[in-house]
Amino acid sequence: MNLKGKIILLAAVSTVLIALFLLIDLNGSWDYAFPRRVKKVLAIVMTGGAIALSTMVFQTVTNNRILTPSVMGLDSLYMLIQTTVIFVFGSFTLYQMGANANFLINVCLMVIFSGILYKMLFRREGSRSIFFLLLIGMIFGTLFSSMTSFMEVLIDPNEFQFVSDKMFASFNNVKTELLLIAGIVMAAALLYFARFAKYLNVISLGREQAINLGVPYDYAVKRLLIVVAILISAATALVGPITFLGLLVVNVAYEWMKTYRHSYLITASILISVIALVGGQLVVERVFTFSTTLSVIINFIGGVYFIYLLLKESKA
Amino acid sequence: MIQVTNVSKVYGGKKVVDNVSITIPTGQITSFIGPNGAGKSTLLSMISRLTGKDTGQILVDGKEVSQWKSGDLAKKISILKQSNHISLRLTVRELVSFGRFPYSQGRLNAEDEKFVDEAIGYMGLEEMQHRYLHQLSGGQLQRAYIAMTIAQDTDYILLDEPLNNLDMKHSVQIMKILRKLVADLNKTIVIVIHDINFASFYSDYIVALKDGRIENEGKTDSIIQSQVLRDIYDMDIKIEEINDNRVCVYYA
Repeated sequence: MNLKGKIILLAAVSTVLIALFLLIDLNGSWDYAFPRRVKKVLAIVMTGGAIALSTMVFQTVTNNRILTPSVMGLDSLYMLIQTTVIFVFGSFTLYQMGANANFLINVCLMVIFSGILYKMLFRREGSRSIFFLLLIGMIFGTLFSSMTSFMEVLIDPNEFQFVSDKMFASFNNVKTELLLIAGIVMAAALLYFARFAKYLNVISLGREQAINLGVPYDYAVKRLLIVVAILISAATALVGPITFLGLLVVNVAYEWMKTYRHSYLITASILISVIALVGGQLVVERVFTFSTTLSVIINFIGGVYFIYLLLKESKA
Repeated sequence: MIQVTNVSKVYGGKKVVDNVSITIPTGQITSFIGPNGAGKSTLLSMISRLTGKDTGQILVDGKEVSQWKSGDLAKKISILKQSNHISLRLTVRELVSFGRFPYSQGRLNAEDEKFVDEAIGYMGLEEMQHRYLHQLSGGQLQRAYIAMTIAQDTDYILLDEPLNNLDMKHSVQIMKILRKLVADLNKTIVIVIHDINFASFYSDYIVALKDGRIENEGKTDSIIQSQVLRDIYDMDIKIEEINDNRVCVYYA
Protein backbone atom coordinates (compact mmCIF):
# COMPACT_ATOMS: atom_id res chain seq x y z
CA MET A 1 0.00 0.00 0.00
CA ASN A 2 1.42 3.39 -0.90
CA LEU A 3 1.34 6.45 1.31
CA LYS A 4 -1.78 7.96 -0.21
CA GLY A 5 -3.61 4.64 0.11
CA LYS A 6 -2.74 4.44 3.79
CA ILE A 7 -4.02 7.97 4.38
CA ILE A 8 -7.27 7.18 2.54
CA LEU A 9 -7.74 4.06 4.65
CA LEU A 10 -7.25 6.04 7.87
CA ALA A 11 -9.65 8.70 6.64
CA ALA A 12 -12.23 6.06 5.82
CA VAL A 13 -11.94 4.40 9.25
CA SER A 14 -12.28 7.72 11.04
CA THR A 15 -15.29 8.68 8.91
CA VAL A 16 -17.00 5.39 9.68
CA LEU A 17 -16.28 5.76 13.41
CA ILE A 18 -17.61 9.31 13.43
CA ALA A 19 -20.74 8.21 11.58
CA LEU A 20 -21.24 5.35 14.05
CA PHE A 21 -20.73 7.72 16.95
CA LEU A 22 -23.24 10.19 15.58
CA LEU A 23 -25.94 7.74 14.51
CA ILE A 24 -25.81 4.72 16.83
CA ASP A 25 -28.97 4.42 18.97
CA LEU A 26 -30.07 7.84 17.83
CA ASN A 27 -33.76 6.76 17.69
CA GLY A 28 -34.66 9.71 15.55
CA SER A 29 -33.64 12.25 18.13
CA TRP A 30 -32.37 14.68 15.52
CA ASP A 31 -33.16 17.81 17.52
CA TYR A 32 -31.79 16.81 20.89
CA ALA A 33 -29.13 14.10 20.78
CA PHE A 34 -27.74 14.78 17.34
CA PRO A 35 -26.51 18.38 17.86
CA ARG A 36 -24.96 17.33 21.15
CA ARG A 37 -23.09 14.49 19.50
CA VAL A 38 -21.92 16.76 16.69
CA LYS A 39 -20.52 19.13 19.31
CA LYS A 40 -18.70 16.27 20.98
CA VAL A 41 -17.23 15.08 17.69
CA LEU A 42 -16.10 18.61 16.88
CA ALA A 43 -14.35 18.89 20.22
CA ILE A 44 -12.73 15.50 19.69
CA VAL A 45 -11.49 16.33 16.19
CA MET A 46 -10.14 19.70 17.30
CA THR A 47 -8.29 18.49 20.38
CA GLY A 48 -7.15 15.27 18.73
CA GLY A 49 -5.78 17.17 15.77
CA ALA A 50 -4.10 19.81 17.92
CA ILE A 51 -2.46 17.21 20.17
CA ALA A 52 -1.27 15.09 17.25
CA LEU A 53 0.15 18.02 15.29
CA SER A 54 1.89 19.60 18.24
CA THR A 55 3.42 16.33 19.45
CA MET A 56 4.70 15.56 15.97
CA VAL A 57 6.27 19.00 15.67
CA PHE A 58 7.70 18.82 19.19
CA GLN A 59 9.33 15.45 18.52
CA THR A 60 10.81 16.65 15.24
CA VAL A 61 12.21 19.79 16.79
CA THR A 62 13.70 17.95 19.77
CA ASN A 63 14.82 15.05 17.54
CA ASN A 64 13.38 12.59 20.02
CA ARG A 65 10.66 10.02 19.53
CA ILE A 66 9.68 9.47 23.15
CA LEU A 67 8.98 13.03 24.25
CA THR A 68 5.65 14.78 24.40
CA PRO A 69 5.01 18.45 25.04
CA SER A 70 3.68 17.44 28.48
CA VAL A 71 7.30 17.24 29.71
CA MET A 72 7.20 21.01 29.68
CA GLY A 73 4.76 20.78 32.57
CA LEU A 74 1.77 22.34 30.80
CA ASP A 75 -0.65 19.70 32.11
CA SER A 76 0.42 20.30 35.69
CA LEU A 77 0.17 24.04 35.19
CA TYR A 78 -3.40 23.64 33.97
CA MET A 79 -4.30 21.62 37.08
CA LEU A 80 -2.57 24.20 39.28
CA ILE A 81 -4.55 27.06 37.74
CA GLN A 82 -7.86 25.23 38.16
CA THR A 83 -7.09 24.18 41.72
CA THR A 84 -5.88 27.65 42.69
CA VAL A 85 -9.04 29.29 41.38
CA ILE A 86 -11.20 26.85 43.34
CA PHE A 87 -8.97 27.04 46.43
CA VAL A 88 -8.85 30.83 46.57
CA PHE A 89 -12.21 31.88 45.18
CA GLY A 90 -14.31 28.74 45.53
CA SER A 91 -15.99 26.66 42.90
CA PHE A 92 -18.81 29.17 42.56
CA THR A 93 -16.40 31.71 41.09
CA LEU A 94 -15.19 29.19 38.54
CA TYR A 95 -18.78 28.57 37.62
CA GLN A 96 -19.67 32.27 37.58
CA MET A 97 -16.54 33.34 35.69
CA GLY A 98 -17.89 31.70 32.57
CA ALA A 99 -16.24 29.15 30.35
CA ASN A 100 -14.74 31.68 27.96
CA ALA A 101 -12.91 33.69 30.58
CA ASN A 102 -11.60 30.53 32.22
CA PHE A 103 -10.44 29.22 28.85
CA LEU A 104 -8.66 32.42 27.91
CA ILE A 105 -6.98 32.78 31.31
CA ASN A 106 -5.73 29.20 31.06
CA VAL A 107 -4.45 29.56 27.53
CA CYS A 108 -2.72 32.86 28.29
CA LEU A 109 -1.01 31.61 31.46
CA MET A 110 0.16 28.41 29.78
CA VAL A 111 1.53 30.27 26.76
CA ILE A 112 3.31 32.79 29.00
CA PHE A 113 4.82 29.95 31.02
CA SER A 114 6.08 28.22 27.88
CA GLY A 115 7.48 31.54 26.71
CA ILE A 116 9.56 31.77 29.87
CA LEU A 117 10.70 28.16 29.44
CA TYR A 118 11.74 28.84 25.85
CA LYS A 119 13.64 31.92 26.91
CA MET A 120 15.75 29.63 29.10
CA LEU A 121 16.09 27.13 26.28
CA PHE A 122 17.42 29.60 23.74
CA ARG A 123 19.78 31.38 26.06
CA ARG A 124 22.33 28.68 25.36
CA GLU A 125 23.83 27.45 22.17
CA GLY A 126 23.97 23.86 21.08
CA SER A 127 22.13 20.65 21.76
CA ARG A 128 22.56 20.61 25.52
CA SER A 129 19.77 23.13 25.76
CA ILE A 130 17.10 20.55 24.89
CA PHE A 131 18.03 18.56 27.98
CA PHE A 132 18.06 21.78 29.92
CA LEU A 133 14.50 22.49 28.78
CA LEU A 134 13.38 19.00 29.76
CA LEU A 135 15.00 19.29 33.16
CA ILE A 136 13.45 22.67 33.89
CA GLY A 137 10.09 21.49 32.53
CA MET A 138 10.09 18.41 34.75
CA ILE A 139 11.10 20.36 37.83
CA PHE A 140 8.34 22.89 37.27
CA GLY A 141 5.89 20.12 36.47
CA THR A 142 6.67 18.42 39.77
CA LEU A 143 6.48 21.73 41.62
CA PHE A 144 3.09 22.48 40.12
CA SER A 145 1.65 19.06 40.95
CA SER A 146 2.99 19.27 44.51
CA MET A 147 1.37 22.66 44.97
CA THR A 148 -1.83 21.29 43.46
CA SER A 149 -1.98 18.32 45.82
CA PHE A 150 -1.12 20.60 48.74
CA MET A 151 -4.20 22.68 48.00
CA GLU A 152 -6.28 19.59 47.28
CA VAL A 153 -5.75 18.15 50.76
CA LEU A 154 -6.71 21.45 52.40
CA ILE A 155 -9.77 22.03 50.30
CA ASP A 156 -13.36 21.37 51.30
CA PRO A 157 -14.37 17.85 50.11
CA ASN A 158 -17.28 19.28 48.14
CA GLU A 159 -14.97 21.68 46.40
CA PHE A 160 -12.53 18.83 45.72
CA GLN A 161 -15.29 17.25 43.66
CA PHE A 162 -14.90 20.13 41.22
CA VAL A 163 -11.13 19.72 41.13
CA SER A 164 -11.29 16.00 40.46
CA ASP A 165 -13.69 16.69 37.61
CA LYS A 166 -10.93 18.68 35.97
CA MET A 167 -8.30 15.98 36.47
CA PHE A 168 -9.38 13.86 33.55
CA ALA A 169 -10.03 14.90 30.01
CA SER A 170 -13.67 14.77 29.18
CA PHE A 171 -15.66 15.47 26.06
CA ASN A 172 -18.98 15.06 27.81
CA ASN A 173 -19.69 18.65 28.70
CA VAL A 174 -17.84 20.83 26.24
CA LYS A 175 -19.48 24.23 25.93
CA THR A 176 -20.56 25.44 22.50
CA GLU A 177 -19.18 28.95 22.82
CA LEU A 178 -15.87 27.45 23.97
CA LEU A 179 -15.69 25.39 20.79
CA LEU A 180 -15.90 28.55 18.73
CA ILE A 181 -13.22 30.43 20.59
CA ALA A 182 -10.90 27.39 20.78
CA GLY A 183 -11.48 26.89 17.06
CA ILE A 184 -10.40 30.45 16.34
CA VAL A 185 -7.27 30.13 18.50
CA MET A 186 -6.32 26.82 16.87
CA ALA A 187 -7.00 28.07 13.35
CA ALA A 188 -4.79 31.10 13.93
CA ALA A 189 -1.99 28.87 15.25
CA LEU A 190 -2.39 26.57 12.24
CA LEU A 191 -2.20 29.45 9.80
CA TYR A 192 1.00 30.61 11.42
CA PHE A 193 2.33 27.05 11.42
CA ALA A 194 1.78 26.73 7.65
CA ARG A 195 4.62 29.20 7.02
CA PHE A 196 7.13 26.93 8.73
CA ALA A 197 5.73 23.54 7.71
CA LYS A 198 8.11 23.15 4.77
CA TYR A 199 11.10 23.23 7.12
CA LEU A 200 10.00 20.22 9.19
CA ASN A 201 11.53 17.52 6.97
CA VAL A 202 14.87 19.30 6.94
CA ILE A 203 14.76 20.05 10.67
CA SER A 204 14.36 16.32 11.29
CA LEU A 205 17.86 15.86 9.79
CA GLY A 206 19.24 17.70 12.82
CA ARG A 207 20.37 21.23 13.55
CA GLU A 208 23.60 21.19 11.56
CA GLN A 209 22.13 19.75 8.37
CA ALA A 210 19.16 22.09 8.64
CA ILE A 211 21.40 25.16 8.87
CA ASN A 212 23.57 23.84 6.07
CA LEU A 213 20.50 23.56 3.87
CA GLY A 214 19.51 27.13 4.55
CA VAL A 215 16.79 26.77 7.19
CA PRO A 216 16.75 29.82 9.51
CA TYR A 217 16.98 27.26 12.28
CA ASP A 218 16.69 29.16 15.54
CA TYR A 219 14.02 31.45 14.11
CA ALA A 220 11.92 28.57 12.77
CA VAL A 221 12.30 26.34 15.83
CA LYS A 222 11.24 29.13 18.19
CA ARG A 223 8.12 29.83 16.12
CA LEU A 224 7.27 26.14 15.88
CA LEU A 225 7.60 25.68 19.63
CA ILE A 226 5.30 28.64 20.22
CA VAL A 227 2.72 27.06 17.92
CA VAL A 228 3.08 23.83 19.92
CA ALA A 229 2.49 25.69 23.19
CA ILE A 230 -0.61 27.46 21.87
CA LEU A 231 -2.16 24.28 20.44
CA ILE A 232 -1.46 22.25 23.58
CA SER A 233 -2.79 25.00 25.81
CA ALA A 234 -5.97 25.39 23.77
CA ALA A 235 -6.59 21.63 23.69
CA THR A 236 -5.93 21.19 27.41
CA ALA A 237 -8.07 24.17 28.36
CA LEU A 238 -10.87 22.80 26.19
CA VAL A 239 -11.14 19.24 27.51
CA GLY A 240 -8.50 18.74 30.22
CA PRO A 241 -5.07 17.08 30.42
CA ILE A 242 -4.72 14.81 27.42
CA THR A 243 -1.17 15.21 26.09
CA PHE A 244 -0.32 11.55 26.67
CA LEU A 245 -2.40 10.77 23.61
CA GLY A 246 0.17 12.52 21.44
CA LEU A 247 2.96 10.05 22.18
CA LEU A 248 0.72 7.19 21.19
CA VAL A 249 -0.65 8.56 17.93
CA VAL A 250 2.60 10.04 16.67
CA ASN A 251 4.48 6.79 17.15
CA VAL A 252 1.69 4.76 15.59
CA ALA A 253 1.82 7.19 12.68
CA TYR A 254 5.57 6.62 12.30
CA GLU A 255 5.18 2.84 12.45
CA TRP A 256 2.24 2.83 10.08
CA MET A 257 3.45 5.30 7.46
CA LYS A 258 7.14 4.33 7.46
CA THR A 259 8.20 7.60 5.89
CA TYR A 260 10.03 10.75 6.91
CA ARG A 261 7.68 13.15 5.10
CA HIS A 262 5.83 15.32 7.53
CA SER A 263 2.96 16.11 5.19
CA TYR A 264 1.97 12.43 5.41
CA LEU A 265 3.06 11.89 9.00
CA ILE A 266 1.04 14.83 10.31
CA THR A 267 -2.07 13.90 8.36
CA ALA A 268 -1.80 10.30 9.54
CA SER A 269 -1.24 11.22 13.18
CA ILE A 270 -4.24 13.56 13.17
CA LEU A 271 -6.45 10.84 11.70
CA ILE A 272 -5.14 8.19 14.12
CA SER A 273 -5.79 10.63 16.93
CA VAL A 274 -9.40 11.08 15.80
CA ILE A 275 -9.80 7.30 15.47
CA ALA A 276 -8.40 6.71 18.97
CA LEU A 277 -10.56 9.38 20.56
CA VAL A 278 -13.83 8.68 18.75
CA GLY A 279 -13.29 4.93 19.15
CA GLY A 280 -12.37 5.37 22.80
CA GLN A 281 -15.38 7.57 23.44
CA LEU A 282 -17.62 4.97 21.77
CA VAL A 283 -16.23 2.31 24.08
CA VAL A 284 -16.68 4.56 27.11
CA GLU A 285 -20.28 5.33 26.22
CA ARG A 286 -21.49 2.01 24.79
CA VAL A 287 -19.38 -0.65 26.54
CA PHE A 288 -18.65 0.90 29.92
CA THR A 289 -21.76 3.09 29.89
CA PHE A 290 -19.80 6.03 31.31
CA SER A 291 -18.45 4.05 34.27
CA THR A 292 -14.92 5.03 33.25
CA THR A 293 -13.35 8.01 31.47
CA LEU A 294 -11.67 8.29 28.13
CA SER A 295 -8.37 9.33 29.74
CA VAL A 296 -8.22 6.07 31.64
CA ILE A 297 -8.58 4.05 28.46
CA ILE A 298 -6.14 6.21 26.48
CA ASN A 299 -3.61 6.19 29.30
CA PHE A 300 -3.90 2.42 29.67
CA ILE A 301 -3.32 1.75 25.98
CA GLY A 302 -0.69 4.48 25.86
CA GLY A 303 1.18 3.06 28.85
CA VAL A 304 1.27 -0.42 27.40
CA TYR A 305 2.50 0.97 24.11
CA PHE A 306 5.13 3.07 25.87
CA ILE A 307 6.59 0.01 27.59
CA TYR A 308 6.63 -1.78 24.25
CA LEU A 309 8.54 1.17 22.74
CA LEU A 310 11.10 1.15 25.52
CA LEU A 311 11.68 -2.59 25.15
CA LYS A 312 12.03 -2.25 21.39
CA GLU A 313 14.43 0.69 21.61
CA SER A 314 16.62 -1.09 24.15
CA LYS A 315 16.97 -4.04 21.81
CA ALA A 316 17.92 -1.95 18.79
CA MET B 1 36.26 33.94 -1.95
CA ILE B 2 36.34 33.17 1.76
CA GLN B 3 38.24 35.67 3.89
CA VAL B 4 38.61 35.21 7.62
CA THR B 5 39.85 38.24 9.57
CA ASN B 6 40.81 38.33 13.26
CA VAL B 7 38.24 35.73 14.27
CA SER B 8 38.11 34.49 17.85
CA LYS B 9 35.86 32.11 19.74
CA VAL B 10 35.78 31.52 23.48
CA TYR B 11 34.29 28.40 25.09
CA GLY B 12 34.02 28.50 28.85
CA GLY B 13 36.88 30.99 29.31
CA LYS B 14 39.21 29.16 26.94
CA LYS B 15 40.08 30.71 23.60
CA VAL B 16 39.42 27.87 21.16
CA VAL B 17 40.11 30.04 18.14
CA ASP B 18 42.40 32.97 18.79
CA ASN B 19 42.58 35.88 16.38
CA VAL B 20 42.75 33.82 13.20
CA SER B 21 43.05 35.41 9.76
CA ILE B 22 43.20 33.40 6.54
CA THR B 23 42.14 33.63 2.95
CA ILE B 24 41.00 30.36 1.42
CA PRO B 25 42.36 29.97 -2.12
CA THR B 26 39.58 29.39 -4.65
CA GLY B 27 39.44 26.41 -6.96
CA GLN B 28 41.74 24.33 -4.74
CA ILE B 29 41.68 21.86 -1.90
CA THR B 30 42.72 23.40 1.37
CA SER B 31 43.47 21.16 4.36
CA PHE B 32 43.24 22.25 7.98
CA ILE B 33 45.72 20.19 9.99
CA GLY B 34 46.92 20.28 13.56
CA PRO B 35 46.72 18.42 16.85
CA ASN B 36 43.46 17.66 18.66
CA GLY B 37 41.84 20.72 20.14
CA ALA B 38 43.63 23.11 17.81
CA GLY B 39 40.34 24.71 16.77
CA LYS B 40 40.14 23.30 13.24
CA SER B 41 36.55 22.10 13.43
CA THR B 42 35.42 25.22 15.28
CA LEU B 43 36.92 27.40 12.58
CA LEU B 44 35.16 25.37 9.91
CA SER B 45 31.88 25.62 11.82
CA MET B 46 32.21 29.39 12.11
CA ILE B 47 32.89 29.80 8.38
CA SER B 48 29.74 27.81 7.66
CA ARG B 49 27.63 29.68 10.31
CA LEU B 50 26.95 26.52 12.35
CA THR B 51 28.67 28.22 15.25
CA GLY B 52 28.66 31.91 15.96
CA LYS B 53 31.94 33.77 16.34
CA ASP B 54 32.74 36.10 19.23
CA THR B 55 34.84 38.64 17.36
CA GLY B 56 36.19 39.18 13.88
CA GLN B 57 34.80 38.98 10.42
CA ILE B 58 34.21 36.20 7.91
CA LEU B 59 33.48 37.26 4.34
CA VAL B 60 31.98 34.89 1.79
CA ASP B 61 32.11 36.48 -1.66
CA GLY B 62 32.63 39.84 -0.05
CA LYS B 63 29.65 39.64 2.33
CA GLU B 64 29.81 38.94 6.06
CA VAL B 65 28.46 35.46 6.88
CA SER B 66 25.97 36.75 9.45
CA GLN B 67 24.60 39.24 6.89
CA TRP B 68 23.78 36.53 4.35
CA LYS B 69 20.24 35.21 4.28
CA SER B 70 20.57 31.61 5.43
CA GLY B 71 18.70 30.32 2.38
CA ASP B 72 20.98 32.19 -0.04
CA LEU B 73 24.17 31.19 1.73
CA ALA B 74 23.07 27.55 1.41
CA LYS B 75 23.48 27.93 -2.35
CA LYS B 76 27.06 29.20 -1.88
CA ILE B 77 28.57 27.10 0.84
CA SER B 78 27.90 23.61 2.16
CA ILE B 79 29.24 21.88 5.24
CA LEU B 80 29.42 18.25 6.23
CA LYS B 81 30.23 17.55 9.87
CA GLN B 82 31.96 14.41 11.05
CA SER B 83 29.17 12.98 13.14
CA ASN B 84 26.07 12.47 11.12
CA HIS B 85 23.50 10.62 13.05
CA ILE B 86 20.20 10.36 11.27
CA SER B 87 17.64 7.97 12.65
CA LEU B 88 15.11 8.68 9.92
CA ARG B 89 13.92 6.08 7.44
CA LEU B 90 15.60 7.60 4.41
CA THR B 91 16.82 6.09 1.19
CA VAL B 92 20.08 7.25 -0.36
CA ARG B 93 18.20 9.07 -3.08
CA GLU B 94 15.95 10.83 -0.59
CA LEU B 95 18.98 11.98 1.38
CA VAL B 96 20.68 13.30 -1.75
CA SER B 97 17.44 15.06 -2.73
CA PHE B 98 17.62 17.04 0.50
CA GLY B 99 20.62 18.75 -1.05
CA ARG B 100 18.24 20.52 -3.41
CA PHE B 101 16.24 22.09 -0.57
CA PRO B 102 17.87 25.54 -0.88
CA TYR B 103 16.63 25.71 -4.46
CA SER B 104 13.31 23.90 -4.39
CA GLN B 105 12.14 24.23 -0.76
CA GLY B 106 11.22 20.56 -0.83
CA ARG B 107 9.35 20.45 -4.15
CA LEU B 108 11.78 18.97 -6.65
CA ASN B 109 11.43 19.95 -10.28
CA ALA B 110 12.99 18.27 -13.31
CA GLU B 111 16.19 20.27 -12.98
CA ASP B 112 16.55 19.28 -9.32
CA GLU B 113 16.11 15.62 -10.25
CA LYS B 114 18.86 16.04 -12.84
CA PHE B 115 21.25 17.39 -10.20
CA VAL B 116 20.33 14.51 -7.87
CA ASP B 117 20.99 11.98 -10.65
CA GLU B 118 24.34 13.58 -11.40
CA ALA B 119 25.41 13.67 -7.76
CA ILE B 120 24.46 10.02 -7.31
CA GLY B 121 26.37 9.12 -10.47
CA TYR B 122 29.37 11.11 -9.37
CA MET B 123 29.66 9.15 -6.13
CA GLY B 124 28.91 5.83 -7.85
CA LEU B 125 25.76 5.22 -5.82
CA GLU B 126 23.38 4.33 -8.67
CA GLU B 127 22.92 0.74 -7.58
CA MET B 128 22.19 1.51 -3.97
CA GLN B 129 20.15 4.66 -4.42
CA HIS B 130 16.97 3.00 -3.18
CA ARG B 131 18.59 1.34 -0.19
CA TYR B 132 17.91 2.71 3.27
CA LEU B 133 20.66 4.58 5.09
CA HIS B 134 20.76 2.14 7.99
CA GLN B 135 21.57 -0.66 5.56
CA LEU B 136 24.75 1.03 4.35
CA SER B 137 28.32 0.57 5.50
CA GLY B 138 30.31 3.50 6.87
CA GLY B 139 32.02 4.19 3.56
CA GLN B 140 28.79 4.05 1.57
CA LEU B 141 27.08 6.32 4.07
CA GLN B 142 29.87 8.86 3.83
CA ARG B 143 29.62 8.79 0.05
CA ALA B 144 25.86 9.32 0.28
CA TYR B 145 26.41 12.41 2.45
CA ILE B 146 29.01 13.79 0.06
CA ALA B 147 26.59 13.17 -2.81
CA MET B 148 24.10 15.31 -0.93
CA THR B 149 26.59 18.19 -0.69
CA ILE B 150 27.36 17.78 -4.39
CA ALA B 151 23.64 18.01 -5.19
CA GLN B 152 23.60 21.21 -3.16
CA ASP B 153 25.84 22.58 -5.94
CA THR B 154 27.75 25.16 -3.92
CA ASP B 155 30.99 26.89 -4.87
CA TYR B 156 32.48 26.11 -1.48
CA ILE B 157 32.38 22.68 0.13
CA LEU B 158 33.55 22.31 3.72
CA LEU B 159 34.15 18.81 5.07
CA ASP B 160 34.94 18.07 8.70
CA GLU B 161 37.06 14.90 8.82
CA PRO B 162 35.50 13.22 5.80
CA LEU B 163 37.80 10.21 6.20
CA ASN B 164 36.87 9.52 9.79
CA ASN B 165 36.33 5.77 10.32
CA LEU B 166 37.02 4.91 6.70
CA ASP B 167 39.52 2.32 5.55
CA MET B 168 42.35 3.20 3.14
CA LYS B 169 40.48 2.16 0.04
CA HIS B 170 37.46 4.32 0.79
CA SER B 171 39.61 7.20 2.00
CA VAL B 172 41.55 7.25 -1.24
CA GLN B 173 38.33 6.92 -3.21
CA ILE B 174 36.81 9.94 -1.51
CA MET B 175 39.94 12.07 -1.86
CA LYS B 176 40.08 11.25 -5.57
CA ILE B 177 36.48 12.33 -5.97
CA LEU B 178 37.27 15.59 -4.20
CA ARG B 179 40.17 16.18 -6.60
CA LYS B 180 37.81 15.47 -9.48
CA LEU B 181 35.30 17.99 -8.13
CA VAL B 182 38.00 20.64 -8.11
CA ALA B 183 39.27 19.74 -11.58
CA ASP B 184 35.88 19.26 -13.29
CA LEU B 185 33.61 21.73 -11.54
CA ASN B 186 36.13 24.24 -10.16
CA LYS B 187 34.88 23.84 -6.59
CA THR B 188 36.70 25.25 -3.61
CA ILE B 189 37.06 22.53 -0.99
CA VAL B 190 38.17 22.88 2.62
CA ILE B 191 38.73 19.77 4.71
CA VAL B 192 39.74 19.13 8.27
CA ILE B 193 42.02 16.13 8.21
CA HIS B 194 44.16 14.26 10.72
CA ASP B 195 46.27 12.06 8.49
CA ILE B 196 48.94 14.41 7.16
CA ASN B 197 49.83 11.99 4.39
CA PHE B 198 46.37 12.43 2.89
CA ALA B 199 46.85 16.17 3.23
CA SER B 200 50.25 15.90 1.57
CA PHE B 201 49.02 13.82 -1.37
CA TYR B 202 45.72 15.43 -2.17
CA SER B 203 45.65 19.06 -1.07
CA ASP B 204 47.02 22.17 -2.75
CA TYR B 205 47.18 24.35 0.32
CA ILE B 206 47.62 23.57 4.00
CA VAL B 207 46.65 25.62 7.03
CA ALA B 208 48.22 24.35 10.25
CA LEU B 209 46.53 25.29 13.51
CA LYS B 210 47.79 24.89 17.03
CA ASP B 211 46.18 26.08 20.27
CA GLY B 212 43.64 28.13 18.36
CA ARG B 213 46.23 30.04 16.36
CA ILE B 214 47.57 29.64 12.87
CA GLU B 215 50.96 28.03 13.28
CA ASN B 216 51.79 28.07 9.60
CA GLU B 217 50.13 28.13 6.21
CA GLY B 218 51.26 27.75 2.66
CA LYS B 219 51.40 25.51 -0.37
CA THR B 220 51.55 21.83 0.49
CA ASP B 221 55.26 21.48 -0.25
CA SER B 222 56.18 24.32 2.05
CA ILE B 223 54.28 22.80 5.00
CA ILE B 224 55.23 19.15 4.61
CA GLN B 225 58.75 19.72 5.96
CA SER B 226 60.32 18.19 9.03
CA GLN B 227 61.01 21.58 10.60
CA VAL B 228 57.52 22.93 10.07
CA LEU B 229 55.77 19.78 11.22
CA ARG B 230 57.88 19.64 14.38
CA ASP B 231 56.55 23.03 15.39
CA ILE B 232 52.98 21.91 14.78
CA TYR B 233 52.98 18.46 16.35
CA ASP B 234 55.95 18.64 18.73
CA MET B 235 57.40 15.46 17.29
CA ASP B 236 60.10 14.49 14.83
CA ILE B 237 58.65 13.47 11.53
CA LYS B 238 60.82 12.12 8.73
CA ILE B 239 59.87 13.09 5.21
CA GLU B 240 60.52 10.67 2.36
CA GLU B 241 59.95 11.46 -1.26
CA ILE B 242 58.20 8.83 -3.36
CA ASN B 243 57.33 9.63 -6.98
CA ASP B 244 57.38 13.36 -6.36
CA ASN B 245 55.04 13.02 -3.40
CA ARG B 246 56.14 13.59 0.15
CA VAL B 247 55.34 10.91 2.67
CA CYS B 248 55.58 11.62 6.38
CA VAL B 249 56.96 8.81 8.49
CA TYR B 250 55.79 9.53 11.99
CA TYR B 251 55.82 6.01 13.42
CA ALA B 252 58.86 6.63 15.58
